[in-house]
Order: sequence, then C-alpha cells, then structure tokens
Amino acid sequence: MGTQKKIKVLIAKPGLDGHDRGAKVVSLALKDAGMEVIYSGLHRTIDQIVNIAIQEDVDVIGLSIMTGAHIPITQRLFQKIREKGIGNKTVFVGGVIPSRDIPKLKEMGVSGVFPGGTPLAETIKFLQSTMLKR
Amino acid sequence: MAVARYIKDEKDQILDVILESGIHVKPSYSPKDLEGMGFSYEKDVADPGEYPYTRGIHPLGYRSRAWTTRQYTGFGTPQETNERFKLMISHGQTGLNVAFDLPTQMGYDSDDPMSEGEVGRVGMAVDSLRDFEIAFKDIRLDKIGSGLTINAVASIMLAMYQAVAEKYGYDPKIISATPQNDILKEMIGRGAWIFPVEPAVKLIGDTIEYSMTVMPRANPVSVCGYHIRESGATPAQEIACAILIADAYIDNVLARGYDVDDFVGRFSFNLNVFGNMWEQIAKFRAARKLWARNLKEKYKVKKPQNLFLRGLFGGGGYGLTKVQPENNIMRGAYYALVAALSGAQTTALCSYDEAYTIPTPHSALLSLRTLQILMDEMGLRDTVDPLAGSYFIETLTKEMEQKIEEEMEKIERFGGIIKAVSEGYIQRLVARQAYEVEKGLESGELLKVGVNIYKEGGESMDVELHEYNWESAEKQIADLQRVKRERSGKDVLRTLKDLESATRDGKNVMPYLVECCRAYATVGEMAGIFREVFGEFNEPSLF
Repeated sequence: MGTQKKIKVLIAKPGLDGHDRGAKVVSLALKDAGMEVIYSGLHRTIDQIVNIAIQEDVDVIGLSIMTGAHIPITQRLFQKIREKGIGNKTVFVGGVIPSRDIPKLKEMGVSGVFPGGTPLAETIKFLQSTMLKR
Repeated sequence: MAVARYIKDEKDQILDVILESGIHVKPSYSPKDLEGMGFSYEKDVADPGEYPYTRGIHPLGYRSRAWTTRQYTGFGTPQETNERFKLMISHGQTGLNVAFDLPTQMGYDSDDPMSEGEVGRVGMAVDSLRDFEIAFKDIRLDKIGSGLTINAVASIMLAMYQAVAEKYGYDPKIISATPQNDILKEMIGRGAWIFPVEPAVKLIGDTIEYSMTVMPRANPVSVCGYHIRESGATPAQEIACAILIADAYIDNVLARGYDVDDFVGRFSFNLNVFGNMWEQIAKFRAARKLWARNLKEKYKVKKPQNLFLRGLFGGGGYGLTKVQPENNIMRGAYYALVAALSGAQTTALCSYDEAYTIPTPHSALLSLRTLQILMDEMGLRDTVDPLAGSYFIETLTKEMEQKIEEEMEKIERFGGIIKAVSEGYIQRLVARQAYEVEKGLESGELLKVGVNIYKEGGESMDVELHEYNWESAEKQIADLQRVKRERSGKDVLRTLKDLESATRDGKNVMPYLVECCRAYATVGEMAGIFREVFGEFNEPSLF
C-alpha cells in the first residue's frame, strides 16, 4: 500500500449471537496485514454499528453472522447506511452463509462475502484491491 | 481444528510430533518412560472407581450402564421442539439437551425489538411457563433428564423447570435438570453473557444453594471447557480453565457457610473431543485425576463419590469442516470413539451439516446412530479404560497432567480466573491462538483433509437447509401476547416486585423466580429486573 493511508476497518458482531472466534481471527489478520481495525464487541445493534462506523470514520464495515439471520441483518444495515448518508462504506459479510444467499447479499450492496473456511489471505486481498480501486 | 504440528524431512518421514498442549510425541514408548516419570499404578492411575479415578469413576464403567446420549435439540416453537424431543426419544435417545433461541438465552422476550429475526432460530423460544408446558408435554420428567443449554438466565430456566414439573405432578426432588449455567466460560467463548462477573457468579451460587434442598437430583452447573476449546484454547488450557472456573463457583457457595460435600457432587463437566485422539484421551484421564485431587487436597472433600468428574464429552464442532461435509460423519465417529475410550458418562455429537444449518432430523439421527453403534456393536462396553497400561497413554496422561497444572499456575499468577476473565487475559490468549491455527492451516503446517490436503472432489454439497420459519416466530409472539392477556396482572406485578427486592437485598433469588414463573411472568420481565439491578458485563478489549 506504500505511503497510502491505512485502511480502517470495523469488524462488527450484530445481534445476539456470541460466537466470535471468526470475527476475532479476521480482526487479528487484518491488523497483521497493516490495517487499522476496530472490533465492535458482542451484541451490537445495527444503530450502534453504524454510529461506530461514523464516529471512527472507517472505510470498511465487516459483519460476522453465524445464526442464519444474515439477510434481515444486512438489509437493516443498508437501510441505516442510506439513512445516515454513508453509502461510501465498503461492506463485507462473513460467518455461516450458504452459497445460495451470496447473490442476495451482493444485490443489497455487499461487496464481498466470505463464508467460514475462506482463507484469510483472500479477505485481505479483497479489501486491499477494493480500496485501491477507490 | 488443528491436530498437531508435524516436523518432516523431505521424504515425508516424521521427525517430531508436537501436540497442541506442547507435548512432544516419541516414535515409541517402553516401560523405561514410565520409570523415568516415577509412574506408580496405585498413585497415578489405580483401578477404575478408585482414587484418583484416572481410569474412570465407576468400577464397572459401561458394563453397568452405557453412556447417556443427549443430542442438542430445539428450534422454533415449543410445539416443534416437543415433537423433535419425542422423535429422538423414540429412536432410543436417553436424555434431552435443550437448545434455546438467542433471545431466550439473552433474556429478551420474543416481542422485544432485540429479538427480531431470531425468535426460534437457533433453538426453542421460551417466554413463559406456558412454553415449557408445551415443550415438556408427555415427557416423563421422572425418567428423562434434561440438559438446559443456557447460562446467563439459567437461574430463570431452572426455576421454570421446577414449575413445569410441579404442574405435571412431579416432585421436584425426583426431577433431573442440568442447566449449563457456566457464565465464566460464556465470557471466554460463546458470548451469551448479560450481567457483570460478580452478580453473574452469584446467580450460579444461588442455583447451587437452592438445588441442594429443593432439587437434589439437579446438576446445577455444567462447567464447560468445551467452548473455551472451541474459541482457541489448547486441550491443557481447556481443562485448566474448567477446573479453575469450577473452583470459583465452589468458593461462592462455601462463602455462604455450606460444607463442600453438600453440593460439589452435583457438578458436572462439558468437555470437547476434537483434535489429536491420544492427546484427548490423555486429557480426559488427567482431568479426572486433577479434579479429584483438587477437591480432596484443596477443598478437603470427604465423600469419594463427590470427587468424580462426571462429564459430557462430545461435540467437537470446530473439528468439522464446511468443505466436503460428508467427511464430518466419519470425523464424528472417531470423536465418539475418543469419548468412549475416555469413559464419557454422557455424549453428543455435532452433526455433519452444522457448518451450514441447524441439523435436519436425518443428520441428527445419523449422529445418534453413530453413538449407538459404538456401544452396541463395537465392544466399547466390554471393559473399562481399555488403553490403561499402554506405555504411551500412561506417559502422555502424566505429561498432560503437568501441562494442565502449568496452565493453571499461569492463570493463578495473573491473579486468578475471575480477574483473568474480567480483564480479558484468557479471551486475548485464545483469540491469538485461534489466529495462529488459521495461519497454520493456510501455510499447510497443520493438515486438514478437504481444507488443505485431498481437496479434490465434493468441494461442497447441497445440504438441506433448516429454513427459518417467520410464521413460527409470529405465532410465538401471538402466543406470548395471549399469555400476557390471560395471566393475572396482579400476581405478575407482586411476584416481580418481590423478585426485585430480593435481588437488591442480595437474597437467593431462586424461590422468587419460581413464584414469578408460576404467575407466568416472562423471561424478559425477570431478566429485565436483573439487568436493572446488576447492569451489564463490560466486554474487555480484543487488542
């Protein structure tokens, strides 16, 4: 990334689920890759997540969702993003995501979907190249 | 997911094996290894049923009784869960293991805005006693024990279990509930915590104290190394944390003036089976020994049966893979073998499709059959602790014992388990290790079939997905609203007010919770009082 500004990422755990191994591992990996990472902690509402994203002025929001509720949660996130006028944020989603739902998430505006088992390098590369294009 | 690190030469010959807990495995073992460690059969192992119970807590093991099979079950409405319970019982399952949805686990009612999209999703939705009446209808609560997989509000669920049993005419003295009720592990992994450490541990103390007289057959605490391991702990750290957490709960009850022998015999453990099989078997043997010694030496426990580490050894979710999911059926069979060779009292397997979905009836049944095949076809009931006396297993058991003690010392040096959890020391440690494991898998240093070796074929498959049922969720909310209309508002107000005073006064809340449940107060109303009085846990930072 050379002298460019560090990519600033918010890794967020929306909703009531507490399975955070994946979210924490991705947070550590992105930090190791030279990004600035904010981890939201557990049980965050979409409002809280969007507020952190605005306050911290992050470039990227990553949602980690394991319960199967990824469609309604992501829908709510984009609704809030539009309300708050921060449509410039890149959004990616990880967790237990069946492949049939990936097109639905992308239609909503998700840039990348990384289900459990995705190599960390893939997520890192995706974020780096997405941010370079901007 | 990691098994062990293998150091190989260019011809693929193994030069060294380093187990996750840091033990090096040698090419072969002989009596000299045991001599070198000062091994004594009587002191280190002893016969099954004899202190220190390394070989097992019962002299006859599975000859007297096969393990209890307890697949984790529950989804949607109480009605749907009740049907699934009956299906599993009709297939020969001998205990229940109730999954609750996240709103229930987090103390929210189904109509709470926080619950939207989650009602009945990962478990059964419970709002009031009415839901338990439906879920446990026609289940013989005097014959079948129920694991209640819930922690932050376990006290509420135990109270509700008593209330439903009484409603169906069972004496609370003969029912057997095993609420998971281990909040410290929720703070390390799994994350279904609500209240700060101190009041959360106090609530656990309340359930233990209350069970002693009212529900003596309940197992009020199931201490879970399981989820700590899933979060990235090594097997040695898993047991070290479990023992120290159990000690924290013991200390809470002792401070109330009880004799340790009055309650510690009802503690049980939930431990994990994935990983290198030898390391796990040695881990379970060492854990039984260390737990017994901890109770005898530190707490001066007198009754031998109170020294038993009784456990559910099973699951192994992290060992399963999303790729080539059918491979998980074989993995499950090996994990079950490990559990049986380790003398598990109770077991359950993660189903092969769990990286995708809530298990279908078919995959849950496959898991149950896997467990039954071991007991009834393969000879696992024949003799107790069949690996005892193996130079390797006995050496490894002693080495594991030392590693577990080292891990316990590290936590004690930090200031004890309560401080280590409150300040996030263990959380950061296991997260860092989990990250190292992922890096090892990506570099190929750690091997995983289908993930980084033998990747060809069946990269993924169509798994039948458990569909979230919005209608069920709406029905649950409508039922809750009906309960609220039909119940006596006066009784609800009175019992909740009494609960609030008791909570503020630091009394044992259990009798007050039972009164609330009987009045059909909701989980959200009861937990709401705790939220107001106790506040919420402040999650320590990851970095």
